[in-house]
Amino acid sequence: MEEGATDVYDPAVVGRADGPSWSDTGMGSVAAAAGFAQRVKALATTAPLHDLDARKGQVQNADYSVYQMSELALHAIDLVTIAMDFDTGARPEAVVQELARKAAAQAVQRTPLEHERVARWVLENLLNVGSADRGFRTVYGMSGPQGYDRRTFDFKLLEETRGTDGELYLRASNEAVNVLVGALEVDLEAAHIAADLRLDILIKRGRLSEAQASAQNARYRTIQYGEMLRRRLEATSRDVRNVDWSVAMPEFLDEALVHIEDRFRAENAILVNLTEARDTADTATRKAQAARLIEVVRDCLRRHDQLQAALQSAGARFRAEQDRQTFTSTTAAAVAAALDLHGQLLIPALLCSARDADRALGRFFSPAAGLDVPQALRLVDLFEGLITAPTGRDVLGEAVGEPDVIPDEEPSRFSEASYHHLDRLLALDPEAPQRLSGLLADARQRQQDDDEATDLPLLVVVRVLAQAAEDIGAARRHHEGSVLMAIDDGTPLEDPDFAGSDLLVARAAILQLPEPAADTGEAGETEEGYDGPAAEESTPAAVSDHQESADVTDLDVTTTEPAPAEDTQEGAA
Amino acid sequence: MTTSSTPVVTSVVDASRLLAFALRPKLRPARDGDYAELVRRYREDDAFAELVKAVCLGLDLIVLDVDDRHGMVLASTDDSVFAVRMADYAKRTGGEGKAAERVLHALAHLGTATLAYPRPADLANLAYVGRVTVNGVEAFVREAARRLNEAALEADEDLDPPADQPDLEASWRVYLRRAATPGSVDGRRVSSSTTGMVSKAMAFLADQGMLTRRSDDDGGTYATTSRYRVQVAEAGSRMFAELLALGITEITDGEGTLTQIEWTEQDLSLL
Repeated sequence: MEEGATDVYDPAVVGRADGPSWSDTGMGSVAAAAGFAQRVKALATTAPLHDLDARKGQVQNADYSVYQMSELALHAIDLVTIAMDFDTGARPEAVVQELARKAAAQAVQRTPLEHERVARWVLENLLNVGSADRGFRTVYGMSGPQGYDRRTFDFKLLEETRGTDGELYLRASNEAVNVLVGALEVDLEAAHIAADLRLDILIKRGRLSEAQASAQNARYRTIQYGEMLRRRLEATSRDVRNVDWSVAMPEFLDEALVHIEDRFRAENAILVNLTEARDTADTATRKAQAARLIEVVRDCLRRHDQLQAALQSAGARFRAEQDRQTFTSTTAAAVAAALDLHGQLLIPALLCSARDADRALGRFFSPAAGLDVPQALRLVDLFEGLITAPTGRDVLGEAVGEPDVIPDEEPSRFSEASYHHLDRLLALDPEAPQRLSGLLADARQRQQDDDEATDLPLLVVVRVLAQAAEDIGAARRHHEGSVLMAIDDGTPLEDPDFAGSDLLVARAAILQLPEPAADTGEAGETEEGYDGPAAEESTPAAVSDHQESADVTDLDVTTTEPAPAEDTQEGAA
Repeated sequence: MTTSSTPVVTSVVDASRLLAFALRPKLRPARDGDYAELVRRYREDDAFAELVKAVCLGLDLIVLDVDDRHGMVLASTDDSVFAVRMADYAKRTGGEGKAAERVLHALAHLGTATLAYPRPADLANLAYVGRVTVNGVEAFVREAARRLNEAALEADEDLDPPADQPDLEASWRVYLRRAATPGSVDGRRVSSSTTGMVSKAMAFLADQGMLTRRSDDDGGTYATTSRYRVQVAEAGSRMFAELLALGITEITDGEGTLTQIEWTEQDLSLL
C-alpha cells in the first residue's frame, strides 16, 4: 500500500511509496528482484512524458521550447482520467480544447492556433500514434539465476476505444493512473481502501490542506477500480462463451459489490466529518478547502453509485446469458473426430511463442484461406482494354423523371348511406334509452329499406362500443350537448350475428356551466376521472357521482338508468 | 460434352473442367448445369473420381470434398501455385522479424473460424450455419488473450518477454498489445489494428465464397457457407499436426472447452 506518494515528479517518492507491498510478498531475492523490476517499470511509465520535453526542440515547423510539455501531458492524463466514467471516456476534441487552454496559460503571446497544435501534439504523443501498437515499449534488465536478463515491458498511457455509440473515446490506462498517483502497481482494492483511510485520518485531525491531495488520490483509485470492473463486465457482455458464468463470475460480482458497499460506507462517514469541518471552520480558507473536498468525495460516491448499478445489471445479464446458452440445442452426436477449435487450436496458439505460433498458424492460414487463382493475362483483353475510348460520364447522371403519383386512398369500410342512418339511429332522446337489441332490429329494418346502407348492424355495434366510452370531459370542452353511454346490466344479447351483453344505450345530456373558468380548475382537481381512462367515466358509479354533486359543480348528467351492474360494455360483441 | 477422338481424352477434359469449376469458389452446382453434372459423375463414377484426383495431384492440389451444395472444394499443398501466401495476402508480412505480424493475421482467421464453429459439434454438423461479426471476433480473441494474461498474473509467471529475442514473446501478448480500434485522420479503419485485420480476413473469406456478408452491423456480419466448414476442418487438422510436432497438444473429450452453461440447483433457489 502506498504511504505518502502524491508528488509525481520525485522518483525517490515513487520508489519508496510501494515499499511495504513487495516486502510483504516475501524477502527472497526473487521477490526483491521483482520489486526492483516494478520500480524500474514505474519509472519507465513516466518516460514518455519526459521524452516530450526532450523532443520539443526537434519539432521542425514550430518552436515549442516555451511549453512545459511533461506538465501538459500530465494535465492530459488527468483530464482523461477525470472524464472517464463507467460508460464512456473523454472525447478527444474536448481534451484538446481543455489542453489548449493550459498551453495558452504557459505562453500567452503565442496564437490560439499554435496552442491547439501543441495540445494535439501532446495528445498524439501520449497515444503514440506513429506506432502500430499505439503503445510504448521499454527494455529493462533483471539479475536472475542465469545472469543478467533483458526484458521488454509494454504499456499504454492513453487508449482509444469505441463507445456504444460508435464514437471514439479516450481512456487512461492503469499505468497512466499510476503515474498520476505516483505509485507502483499494487492491489487495487487494497489501495482503494488505503486512500480512503488516509483521507479519513487527515480530515479527523483537521489537516485539510493535506487532505486535498489525498482526496484526489482516493478519486483516482475509484476511477482505476471502476475501470478494472468495467473491463471485466465488458468481457462478460461480449457474448462470448468462454466466460465462466457458473462460478467465477457470480463470485467476482459478489466481491465487487461488497467492496463498493464498504467504500460507500467509508466515504459517507468521511462526508459527514467533512461537512462538520466545513460548518465549524473558523477561516474562509478552511471553509473553501472543506467545500472542495466535499465535492471530490461526492464525485467518488457518484462513481460508486454508477458502478453499483452496473454490477447489479450484470446479474440480470448473467441470467439472460445462462438462459440463452442452456437452451441452445446441442447435437448429442458424438463428434470425437471433430476438432475443438478453441481449446485445441486457438488457446495453444496464443500460448506459444510468436515463432512457434507463426509456424502452426501458417499451416492453418493457407488451407483456411482457400485458393489463390492466378489471373492469366490475355493479350486480347489487354488490347481491347487499351483501344476502348474512355466513356464520358455526366457528373449528375440522367435527369430523374417526375413520377406520376396516384392517390391511393383506402375505401371506406361502410358506405356513406350507412353513416347517415347511423347518425339518425343514435340521435336518441336523453329521456328514452334503448337496448342494443332494439337498435340492431331498427338497423336491420333500415337496411332492408335502403339498398345503399350496407352492414348497418355491424356499424351500429362498432359505434356503440366506441362511443360508449366517450370522455365526458372532452365532450364538455367541445361544448357538445350530450354524450353517448352504454351500460351493461347483465342482460345477454340474443342475436343471430352478435353475442355478448344487451347493452343499455343512452344519450346523457351535458349541462354547460355558467362560470366555466372557475369550474374547470375545481373539476379538474376534484374529479380525477375526467382525464382518466374513458371506460371508467361511463361507469354508472361515476355518473351517479356527477348527479349527486350536480348542485355544487353545476354539471348535470342526466340519465334515467337505475344503477346497474358495475362493469361496462366490455362483454358485448 | 466435348467432341474428341478417344473416351480417355474426353474424360480428362471433363476432369479438368471440374477442376476449373472448383477454382471459381463462388460458383455452385445449383447455378450451373454442367457443374452439377460433373459433380454427380464424380460421386458415381469411381474411375472418373480417380482421374480428377490425379489431375489435382499434378497441380499440387488435394480434393477435400465434392458435394452438391458447394461443388468441389480443393486445398493446396505448400508448394502449389494456388496456395495463398501470407506475403501476398497482407503487406509487410514477409521475411524475418515479421512473425508477429503474420501471427496477428492468422489469428484473425483462426478467431473467425473458432467463433463460426464454437463447439466441435458445430464443425461436425453439416447443416450448421455460423454467424460471425468483425467486432465479435476481435473481442473474442482479445478476451481469450486477456484471460491468458490474467492466468499468467495469477500464476506469477507474468515475465515480460526477453528483449533480444522478440519472437519468443507469447502470441497473446502480441495480440493484446496491438491497438483494437485506433482513430485515424479520415475516420476509416486502421488496417494494422486488430479490428482492421479481422475485417480484412472476413472480406477475403467472403471473396473466396466461404462467408456471405449479411449486414454492416457490428463492423460487418457474415454467415458461413458449407465450403468454409470443409476448409476449416482441413486447416484445423493440419495445424493440429503442426502443434503435435511442436509438442503442444490438447486432448479433449469432444465436449468443447467453451464453458457450457447449465442451471444448477443453487441458481434455481435464487429465483
